[in-house]
Amino acid sequence: MKTYTRPMAGWWHRNPYYLWYLLRELSCIFITAYALVLLWGLVRLGQGRASYEAWLAGLSSPAAIVFHVVTLLLVVYHAWTWFKIMPKTLPRVPVSDRTIVACGVSAVIAVSVLLVWAAAV
Amino acid sequence: MKTLAIECLRYHPETDQAPHYQTYEVPFTDEMSVLQGLQYIKDHLDGSLTFRWSCRMAICGSCGGMLNGVPRLSCESFLRDYHPGGLRVEPLNHFPIQRDLAIDQSDFLRKLESVKPYLIPEAPRPLSEGTYLQTPQQMDEYYQYSKCINCLLCYAACPQYGLNPEFTGPGALALLQRYNADSRDAGKAERMKVVNAEDGVWGCTLVGYCSEVCPKAVDPARAVNQNKIESTKDYFLRFLAPRRGR
Repeated sequence: MKTYTRPMAGWWHRNPYYLWYLLRELSCIFITAYALVLLWGLVRLGQGRASYEAWLAGLSSPAAIVFHVVTLLLVVYHAWTWFKIMPKTLPRVPVSDRTIVACGVSAVIAVSVLLVWAAAV
Repeated sequence: MKTLAIECLRYHPETDQAPHYQTYEVPFTDEMSVLQGLQYIKDHLDGSLTFRWSCRMAICGSCGGMLNGVPRLSCESFLRDYHPGGLRVEPLNHFPIQRDLAIDQSDFLRKLESVKPYLIPEAPRPLSEGTYLQTPQQMDEYYQYSKCINCLLCYAACPQYGLNPEFTGPGALALLQRYNADSRDAGKAERMKVVNAEDGVWGCTLVGYCSEVCPKAVDPARAVNQNKIESTKDYFLRFLAPRRGR
């Protein structure tokens, strides 16, 4: 029987749902880059005070600030998608999906606030 | 009477190399479904338009299609919701087109068969022993998955299936879970081969759209991801305990 199979090219922009999915997947590139920047900072720290301060100064350049803001937004989005699907990845528990998501999001907010507070004092 | 422009994908294997679109002006009332719109075309405008349907009440799973790019059952979608913007009707994504809006489901049927979608009891049980007893809690473990009507909207929603047609896919894996989670069933070890396979649950990247489009709220994404846990346990536990029946 002759059939026609449609090509998949461009599938990701045919539905907004796929765009959000792809954004979630692509955020890993920025998160990896962020981890590498941190790792590089550690290397510079090992090289002495002057090297470390040069690295710190580099972080205050406009490009670095834009990169960090974009990465922060992507991390927040990635974390949200993570908690949103958490009930689907857990074994059955006797609480509603909504409660699981709320607990996860609350926990991440609480830990973030604690970290910011600890860094401030 | 209001009219709606319905653009249908047309493909005739005898004459066409590739599909094209044809637009029909369909008069409609507020209570008319998209399926009824297609039936109007077939009855009054173009008898050659081919599409599948049966029950008209979202239980047979025959009339699924891409309505403006979204997988939906055409019997429970209404023409009024597409007025005045217009409606494009295409066959379900990711499946080969047989003719116009009819797709070839044989790949899914093969996968459905592979998950052994029936109860495999521990030992044969004679009728004289009576019915199986199950608590409401035990039933709750599988009930939502048993509502699957094999409409294939989840496959049309899954880009991983489109990119790799070998992927067992959301529908068959949800039905696999329906039997694995049933307290009367003892066929889990047999079905784990499908779960663990290269194209089993690990073909899923949790796009999650399958569960969004399911007309029966089956949540195939949950079934697939529950089985990622099962697959991981199965992999590591084999070092501790030999697998049954292999």
